[in-house]
Parts: sequence; C-alpha cells; structure tokens
Amino acid sequence: MAKLQPAAVKQITEIVERYKNEPTPTMMILEDIQKEYGYIPLEVQELVSDLTGVPVSDIYGVVTFYSFFSMTPKGKYVIGVCLGTACYVKGSQLVLDKFGELLGIKPGQTTEDGLFTLDVLRCIGACAVAPAVSINGKVYPQVKVDNVKNIIAEYRAKEA
Amino acid sequence: MALVNIKINGQPYQVDSSLTVLEAARKCGYEIPSLCAFNHGKCSKASCRVCLVEVVGARGLVASCVYPVNEGMEIITNSVKATEARRASVELILSNHEKNCLQCPKNGHCELLKVAEMVGARDQKYVGQQTEKTVDEVAPGIIRNSAKCILCGRCIERCKEAHGISILGFENRGFKTIVSPVQNRSFANSPCLQCGQCVNVCPTGALMEHSEIEKVDEAFKAGKKVIVQTAPAVRAAIAEEFGEKIGTVGTGKMVAALRRLGFYRVFDVNFGADLTIMEEAHELIERITKKVAPLPQLTSCSPGWINYLEYFYPELIPNLSTCKSPHMMQGAITKSYFAKSHDIDPKDIFVVSIMPCTAKKYEASRKEMPNDIDAVLTTRELAKLIKRAGIKWDKLPDEEFDQDLLGEYSGAGVIFGVTGGVMEAALRTAYFWLTGEEYGKINFTEVRGFEAVKEATLNIKGTEISVAVTSGMANAKKLLDEIKAGTSKYAFIEVMCCPGGCINGGGQPYVHPALLPNEDDDILDTYKAKRASVLYSEDERQVIRQSHNNRDIQKLYKDFLGEPGSELAEELCHTTYNANREKYPDNK
Repeated sequence: MAKLQPAAVKQITEIVERYKNEPTPTMMILEDIQKEYGYIPLEVQELVSDLTGVPVSDIYGVVTFYSFFSMTPKGKYVIGVCLGTACYVKGSQLVLDKFGELLGIKPGQTTEDGLFTLDVLRCIGACAVAPAVSINGKVYPQVKVDNVKNIIAEYRAKEA
Repeated sequence: MALVNIKINGQPYQVDSSLTVLEAARKCGYEIPSLCAFNHGKCSKASCRVCLVEVVGARGLVASCVYPVNEGMEIITNSVKATEARRASVELILSNHEKNCLQCPKNGHCELLKVAEMVGARDQKYVGQQTEKTVDEVAPGIIRNSAKCILCGRCIERCKEAHGISILGFENRGFKTIVSPVQNRSFANSPCLQCGQCVNVCPTGALMEHSEIEKVDEAFKAGKKVIVQTAPAVRAAIAEEFGEKIGTVGTGKMVAALRRLGFYRVFDVNFGADLTIMEEAHELIERITKKVAPLPQLTSCSPGWINYLEYFYPELIPNLSTCKSPHMMQGAITKSYFAKSHDIDPKDIFVVSIMPCTAKKYEASRKEMPNDIDAVLTTRELAKLIKRAGIKWDKLPDEEFDQDLLGEYSGAGVIFGVTGGVMEAALRTAYFWLTGEEYGKINFTEVRGFEAVKEATLNIKGTEISVAVTSGMANAKKLLDEIKAGTSKYAFIEVMCCPGGCINGGGQPYVHPALLPNEDDDILDTYKAKRASVLYSEDERQVIRQSHNNRDIQKLYKDFLGEPGSELAEELCHTTYNANREKYPDNK
C-alpha cells in the first residue's frame, strides 16, 4: 500500500485533533477529510483508525454507506445530476445519460484528464427549477439534453 | 437485583429488571426465535427482526432482544400478528440466502434452519434478486461465503469484543450490504488473526473453518503412515458433538474413535506441551539470568496471538518466546526422532493435528515451518469424520493414547488448553530448575479463572518474579502497551488469543443455546468453566504433574535432543517471526 506523504499525515492528524472531545467523531473527521482532499483512500482510513482507535472496518463501513464520501479522487469539476422525484419526472435521467455519453464515463467515475466527475444526486431542494444540475455547488436550472454540450464546453473553455 | 412484575401471554411472572424481553421470556419458558442476538439474548443491532413480539401499549411490534422489561409490562409472544411478522422476517432473510442446506458445511448446526422450522417458513415466499456472491477460500484458517450471510452482525460484535480489532464490518448499503473485511477482501489480505471466534457465533454457514478433511483422506489413499495428535482442549469439548452435556470428559472415547478411523498412531499433543515447557522455561531462565533477550517473555503457543503481535505490535517480537507451539514441535519431533527410531522415511509420515483452533491451520502453513504438520482438523471436523465413519460414540470404550516414545504426558501438559495453564505448567518447571526442588503445592491457583488479567508474584529463593496471564486481544493490549512504555513489571506473560484459552477456541463445538435444549439457560456464562474443569480434573488425576518429570521427555533429551536449548532443539523446536506483515496489502 502506498505510503502517505508526511504533510498529509500531519494535516489529517490535525483534523482528528479538532474533534478529540467529541464522543463519536468519525463522521466529522471524515467529512473534513473529504472536503479537504476530495476522497478518502484506505491508507487514510487506516491512519484515522490508528489515531482514533475506531476499527478500520467501522470507518470503511461509514465511507461506503454514505454516497457523500468517495474512495477515488474526484475531478476538478463535480457534475451532480439530480435524480430526485421532481427532476426525474422532468427528464433528468436523459440529462445524466447525455453527460455520460459526452464525457465517456459512467456515474461515479472521473474523466481521464481528471477534469470531470459525474455524480448522481438525490434531491438538492431545487425542485422548482427541475431538472437541476449542480456543478461544484453552482446550480443549473431546467437543464435540457441540448444544453449539456454547452455546459461542458463552458468548463473546458475555462481550462483552455 | 430488582424484580419487576410482568405478564407473558396472560400469565404473571416476576423477573429481574435488567433483562430484555427476549431473556425474560426464555426464563419463563417461552422461546422467541432470534438470529442476531447472541450474548445472553442481548443484541446491539436488532438487525434480523426475527424476535418480534407484541407489548401492550407499544407502537407496533417490538424487537424483544433490545427491549427491556418494565414493571407491569404485558407481553404477547404468540399472537397471530407476532408469529406472522416473525415468519415474514425469516422468509425475507431466506429470499436472499443460498439455501443449499443439504450440502452446507453447517448442516446440523444451523440456527437459521432451526428458526425457519420454528416460525414455519413457507417455500420460496419471496422470490427476487440475490446479492452478488463472494466466496473467500484463500485464508488457510477460515472461509467466508457471503451468499449464506444473513447480515446479523454477530461476527462483527465478537471480533470487537474479544480482540478490539473488528476485522469484519458492514460495507455498502441497502441491497448491496455485505459483511466482510474492508473492500470485500480475503481474510488473508487483512490483519485477521484467523482465530475463528467469528465462526463460533455465525448462525449460518457464512463463516466456517477451512476444511482439510479431504487432505487427510488423500493421505490415507496414498498409503501414508497417518499419525494423529490431539490438543488438550479437544477432549474437553468433543463429547458435545455427540449430544453429551458441556463439560463431559471425551478423552478415552476420542482415542478409541481415532484408532477405529485407522490412524497409524494416536498421540497426545500434551507431550508436545511438556516439550514446550522444557524449552520455554529454559528460555525464560536464560532471559532472567543471562539477559539474552528482553523481559517480559511472552508465550508463543497461540497462533492467533502471534498474528496479533506481528500485525499490531511488531516491535515486541523480541519479547516473544521463540518456541514453536506444542503441536508444531511435536510434528517436528515425530518426523525426526520418532521416524528415526522406527526407521521410517519422514516423507511417508503424514501428521494430522486435531485442534480446537482455526488459526492452527494458518500456523501449519507458515513459511517458517512448512513441513512440521501436514493437516489440521478442528474439533468439529473430527466429529464429522467420526460421524461419517458411522462410529457410535456411546458404544465406544475408553482407550489410552499410544505409548510409543511420544506417549507419556504430565498434568502440566493437559492444562495448556485453558487460560493460565501454560503459565502454571511453566512455573512448576521453572521453580524446580531455579531452586532444585518441586513447588510444594503444585497448583498455582492465582492464574486460574477467566478474569481479563490475572497476576501472581512468585518468591523463588528470595527473587520475586511477577507474572501475568491474559486472553482475548482486547485484554492483552493493556499489557502490551505497558511493555512498550517500559512500565511492565512482569517477567513472564501468558497470552492466549481466544477469551478463556483454547477450550473456547474457534474450532470447538458451537455453543448455540437454541440448538442445545438440554443445557441450562445460563450456558453461555458457564460453558468455559465447564470445559476447563475437564482439563483441571485430568491434571489432578495424573501421577506426574510436571513437564520435566515426564519420562518420555527425559528420554527424548537423553537420546536425541541433548539439553533444552541445544542446537538440535533450536532447530526443531524454535521458530522465527515476521515483523513486516502488511495489514492491508494492495493485493486484495
């Protein structure tokens, strides 16, 4: 297994330290790590286990239970397509399929250039503007299949 | 103990207020089926939903395994509403279960089957998808078949409670949920001790020992001289497999059965235990008097414990006795001394160990000692062999082990099978060697019993020696942390992997109370002591109580090994350890 960089060990230790007075800190620690690094590989889970005494299997169970956590690195832009009821009946499945087709990835995967990750969301509270797509927190309302190409182009242009 | 008045099915009862509804009902004579509860009918997860009952005034049905009794509570266990709900829970579990019961290795001991019978499960009530199946047969000790798993979580609880490590956990969610080492790995690629405590509590065949019965069959077919040796703890439990009460002595009948199975010699690993004491006590004295290696010395008989130390405290390997475990030593001696004395080519000898343990299977496969033992069967596997051969246990006479070079054993060897036994045996011999006289009262009762950590201080001609005994890695951890911190006051520490020692090993007969109608209600509290009493009484019955007084051992040293710690003894009876074991190697 790959060894963690000393800087990462230091930072994760600091994150764990933040919650040392919490009776059940696992979720909070994992949330901070997810936000900081975008993913929580097994090496990091082992480190958190060593620091907190919570068994690796428990931590792994939490990471695989909540779709918020990821064990693979996310792309620079995380495209979340809402498949909640309102968005779904407004055709968001087709929008999701189009993103997948144009990016060449399935939901949960990241493009090879590390730019885009495609995720499925379950209701983001934007039902009034269904179907909704959220990219790094920015919500795109009433997305149609035909808009998908332009949305991707908008982000590709930023990188050009 | 406060009592509360409750009613069950209209009848008034007084029960202890600390009980759950499930426990209280059991005490009052109502069996409520349950699958996830295992610790006195207590359960932390209430995940199986099989133990549902009606409680008057409660909203909906309640899971009786987690619901505490209250004053005035009225419980109805047998209403149609409750029995239908329990049946539905079981049928839902069965809908995602492999259901090949005829060929299942757990056949005859399956709690799910028993519960299905009890609730009257109907044929294929719910038919649908099955969760993707994983079968892990990589680890030598234990195997996992996820298609038989009912997600009760008992194994997770047991691993955590006994060892504080919890190799197994729930993964994913919903229909994809599995119980597994992380990333659905093999036990072999995780820091699993392969102790088999999880196997002991699994209600189905999802977790089993990795059977080696076929290996033994092959050896017989190939015409090998198949020599069998049985561990001390096996005799304390084997009779349970044939319907006898827990705590029944099985030694004589077991020997008779093994002889009828056609083994070339039937030996007792107690001989190896005596040999271990000779080497281990010698090593201890060398450490104390010549400071050749650090103190405290840690015992090395329990391969699950060795796994724990290698994975979690590799820096303490210098403290670990270099002695092989008794059956490995005895295997090495069988293939050298015994073979030479009888002019047999060691290649023609096939040594089978009958062990209360699944980790012994792993141990026999270690690269440090690849040829000592050819197959390891658990107590449960031996029972299967006897049943397969149609040998009637009740009709067997009591017979004696073969007396042929490795025949004699002392009372000290017998008690290896229970926590504190190795310590007691070692002290009897170390005392004699340090003082030139036998320890007067023989029994070191301070190190007996099932407390987390037992300690004793021995005054040997003015020198005080402190020793400690522990079992279960959650308990051992405290002592290990003390050694690491340099604050340990002990010279010698006995550690056994399984709580209570080998009598409670992961290869012993299942103690599933629902399948043991003749045992007392509190059998989960008492089975360890009952099995231990078999060993202590056998110790008391032996004329020779100290390993160094075993005449076959004396002859082995005189004719073959020389002295304890000699070059040949080092080669045959000692081993090395691995400080570089990766907990989660990339290879899954």
